[in-house]
Amino acid sequence: MCITLDKVSRAFDGRQVLQNVSMELPKRGAVCFFGPSGCGKTTLLRLICGLDKPDSGKVNIPQGTRFSCHFQEDRLLPWYTAEENLRLVGEDIDVQAWLDKVLLPEAGKLYPNELSGGMRRRVSLARALAHDSDVLVLDEPVRELDEATAEKMLELIARSVGDRLLILVTHDRTQAEKLGCRVVEFPLGGEAQ
Amino acid sequence: MKAKVKRALRKAFPVVFWLLVWAACYRAVGQDLLLASPLQVARRFTFVAEASFWRCVGMSLWRTAAAYMLGVVIACVLAVCCHASKLLDEVISPALLVVRATPVASFIILALVWLSSANVPILAGVLMVVPVVFANVREGIASTDKQLLEMAKLFGWSRWKTWRRVVIPTVLPTFVAACQACVGLCFKATIAAEVIGVPKNAIGTQLYNAKIYLESDALLAWTLVVIVLSMVIERLLKAAFERGLRRVHHA
Repeated sequence: MCITLDKVSRAFDGRQVLQNVSMELPKRGAVCFFGPSGCGKTTLLRLICGLDKPDSGKVNIPQGTRFSCHFQEDRLLPWYTAEENLRLVGEDIDVQAWLDKVLLPEAGKLYPNELSGGMRRRVSLARALAHDSDVLVLDEPVRELDEATAEKMLELIARSVGDRLLILVTHDRTQAEKLGCRVVEFPLGGEAQ
Repeated sequence: MKAKVKRALRKAFPVVFWLLVWAACYRAVGQDLLLASPLQVARRFTFVAEASFWRCVGMSLWRTAAAYMLGVVIACVLAVCCHASKLLDEVISPALLVVRATPVASFIILALVWLSSANVPILAGVLMVVPVVFANVREGIASTDKQLLEMAKLFGWSRWKTWRRVVIPTVLPTFVAACQACVGLCFKATIAAEVIGVPKNAIGTQLYNAKIYLESDALLAWTLVVIVLSMVIERLLKAAFERGLRRVHHA
């Protein structure tokens, strides 16, 4: 079973962000929502994850679908260290290995307020990648990172997707190409698929 | 060394100043029945060697502790329930606002009709604690970061896990602030209820007796005991809470 959207509409304060969007997402592979800011990418993402409800239409998320998300904000728990934040998504994950992968081998004992913005985003990315899930949602995963680090993070994402569906949100088409994504261009028409 | 002496003198100065004001007032009034001298009050402190003194202090502290803990538990349970049910919140919140605004003496006098005089101080303490802790915990729960709650939902955390990892650490600072703010109030309300209810073995009862027998030196001595105990309780609890908070909240 795939995640499907059927004639989904969503407006905020009278501004129509999504209008009659229908879409069927594959079970695995990579999809990229590409387009300028404010065109409804994150709104669609929230509907797909079940964090928001459409004004009309239907979003069908198969029962038991597990999501991993890396949001635009790091959303780390400020009262836990980087290590503890990672362990929250699974007791059995190799925390140090994931910190090494996101180039933060020494950051395990640090709290989010002791990390820079870019470091926090990498911990958040590691948390999303480490979580055992069916759908991996990455909303601008390399924002605020320098070019070399961003490149390495994209390689890590490509290696870590595995058998999951990757939904990538970005302004940068080259990121979608590097991850082999099928690109869905925003703003959407009625039928996105 | 010189600096140390200077600091000690500076600390002692306000105490000496107010003792002198007290002594001057005593001289001006000139009647032991109306105002005892600092020396007369100091002499009264021989009662610390008596077992009855410690029984009174112990029982008053026990009543305060019981009222405080009961109040905190009731407030937290109510706050969580009111967060879960809007209807319950609409019923409970205004009622607690009324409790907060009502003079505690009104409750004490009313409660004396239903409860034994030993239990009324506990009720008085509870009524001081519940509205304050409830308001802070309720506010703390409502202010939990929605983005963190969304993240918890997406990672499939159970309700208990979400509370343990996200909500409770968020609420903790406001909860601790409320607990610190109302411990002194709870102690004083308990003593006030003891003065009205006159239970056996209570500081409040000793204050009442001192008033009845016109022993102003005993009245002031017991008042000093209340002040010192209140300060000690507040400091101990503050230190304990801060240590606990530091452990949970590094940020």
